[in-house]
Amino acid sequence: MSAYYAPLIGGIMIGLGAAMLLLLNGRIAGISGILGGLLGKAFIRQPGSRGDTAWRIAFLVGLVAAPLLYKMFTALPTVQVDAGAGTLVVAGLLVGLGTRYASGCTSGHGVCGLSRLSPRSLMATVTFMAAGFATVAVVRGLL
Amino acid sequence: MSLLTSLLAGLIFGLGLVISGMTNPAKVLGFLDLFGQWDPALAFVMAGALMVGSVAFRIAGKRTRTILGAPISLPTARNIDRRLVVGSLAFGIGWGLAGYCPGPVITSLATGGGKPWIFFVAMLAGMAMFEIAERRNT
Repeated sequence: MSAYYAPLIGGIMIGLGAAMLLLLNGRIAGISGILGGLLGKAFIRQPGSRGDTAWRIAFLVGLVAAPLLYKMFTALPTVQVDAGAGTLVVAGLLVGLGTRYASGCTSGHGVCGLSRLSPRSLMATVTFMAAGFATVAVVRGLL
Repeated sequence: MSLLTSLLAGLIFGLGLVISGMTNPAKVLGFLDLFGQWDPALAFVMAGALMVGSVAFRIAGKRTRTILGAPISLPTARNIDRRLVVGSLAFGIGWGLAGYCPGPVITSLATGGGKPWIFFVAMLAGMAMFEIAERRNT
């Protein structure tokens, strides 16, 4: 059971981060939308959109800085990336394209969308989870 | 002030990703290996996040502005269309191939070595392709 404490506590903190952004900034903590929105602005200059840029950068800086802060107190958990460079490129492209077409990822549809009981986000979450389960089954079945 | 709160929110969100195990692709793939050696740990991440998130969205639903006076902008899209389903399928396949989704890969950039960067740059390229395709359609 104790193996599930860290995931549960981590999940609660993810929820707290999303709650802060929602209740203090009025924004949805959907990472693909926050990043993609920045990228969209780089492609098209919208007048008067400057106020919409800084909060995005600030949130992303927080994400990047989090493990650096963690490391100041204790060693980071070990991570293992089995995918090679080719797989990472294909996977990254699919995640980038897919999350923008679907208007959300694990955070926007998964955490925030399910929290507000959005049927659209439920559909997205069921779909990407099913696709993830199927992909791992195929990859591990073939190897 | 709003920049500070956004930074803090990102910091707490990122710490949650690190502590929960979401920044470890092997752990994520273990969770997605439903028909093999399934590791249910990450279901607890979602449970924890939803416990807090559902309270926050209930509060937000009753307000039009935040405590700091910023307008609360909730998504307005309701339709379940092909874009949503096909996009989510593509995302899920990519997630299942590498074990990274957007939040955890960004949180891995400073401390995770070169591999998260490869995924991240490809992900940016995918997002840029979307933007270009959208501009062409309008």
